[in-house]
Amino acid sequence: MPKRIFSPLILALVTMALLNPTFAKDAVPLADDPVTEQRLIVISEEMRCLVCQNESLAGSRSDLANDLRREIRILIKEGKTDDQIRSFMVERYGDFVLYRPPVKPITWLLWIGPFVILLGGIIGLIVYLRRRNQGMPSTTLSAEDNRRIDALLKDAKSSSTENLHD
Amino acid sequence: MKAKFLIPLLLFMVLVGFLAVGLNRDPQEIPSPLVGKQAPAFELPQLADPKKNFSPESMKGQPWILNVWASWCVACREEHPVLVELGKLQVAPIIGLDYKDKREDAMTMLALQGNPYLLSAFDANGRVGIDYGVYGVPETYVIDKAGVIRFKHIGPITMAVLNQKILPLLGELK
Repeated sequence: MPKRIFSPLILALVTMALLNPTFAKDAVPLADDPVTEQRLIVISEEMRCLVCQNESLAGSRSDLANDLRREIRILIKEGKTDDQIRSFMVERYGDFVLYRPPVKPITWLLWIGPFVILLGGIIGLIVYLRRRNQGMPSTTLSAEDNRRIDALLKDAKSSSTENLHD
Repeated sequence: MKAKFLIPLLLFMVLVGFLAVGLNRDPQEIPSPLVGKQAPAFELPQLADPKKNFSPESMKGQPWILNVWASWCVACREEHPVLVELGKLQVAPIIGLDYKDKREDAMTMLALQGNPYLLSAFDANGRVGIDYGVYGVPETYVIDKAGVIRFKHIGPITMAVLNQKILPLLGELK
């Protein structure tokens, strides 16, 4: 019977399925209390992972990110403030770790630059519009113009009525 | 203004200029805030002899090189011959910082490829690496007599980096 042949296979598969969870990788150790973990997430979401630069420190799975989260946990447990933790990171990796770089002379261009360009654009637009308006011919009509318009309109009317009769 | 039609061209040239500079930069290379500052102190067991410790304090009075490496790091193998060359020149002691490595693996690598280091400190959990702002091995620091970091190179040292940057700087620091 085919059933006989398959049953050891099924048994083996079921055993493997049952054993499988024991092979699962251990979860990364979390801090014991959720308060620390919450603060860790808030702080590390504002930081760049140095290895995979498009990921935040909170979301990255790189080894270094793991180590840095471990350090931040320790700092939180030591009772350091968020600012102290931030400067711990900046002292080592520079402003680059912060997604929100601080406003200081070297970052002025970064912070103010877009507004300067916007202002330049607005001024340019105003100047352009003013110049264009000045270049336009005056639209005031003289008495002679009005007479010609009347004549033309009259012509148009009579020709259109003629067309109707056709 | 006859040359008005040149304005878009000029703007384009400016754009090309910005892109030429921006795109030729390596985004992996982050300027280190540690250059110009005192090298962080630490005390770690040595790679070859866990009973002995190493501390940067002991290097004061001479310029030296700190090279962060690991046996698992492919780029370190690439730079290793350059370090061996540098070691032969005897211009400055090279101290290794074996970063998150296994002792046997590291010893095997040095046995196979030569050991340019005066000694290596063994940073098992990478804690000292964090103090030095290490984010990609290999990294190399040139530290002066007073213990101030004068230069940092991220990624493997090439002969060009050695000849154009590290050796002239060491000559200056002597």
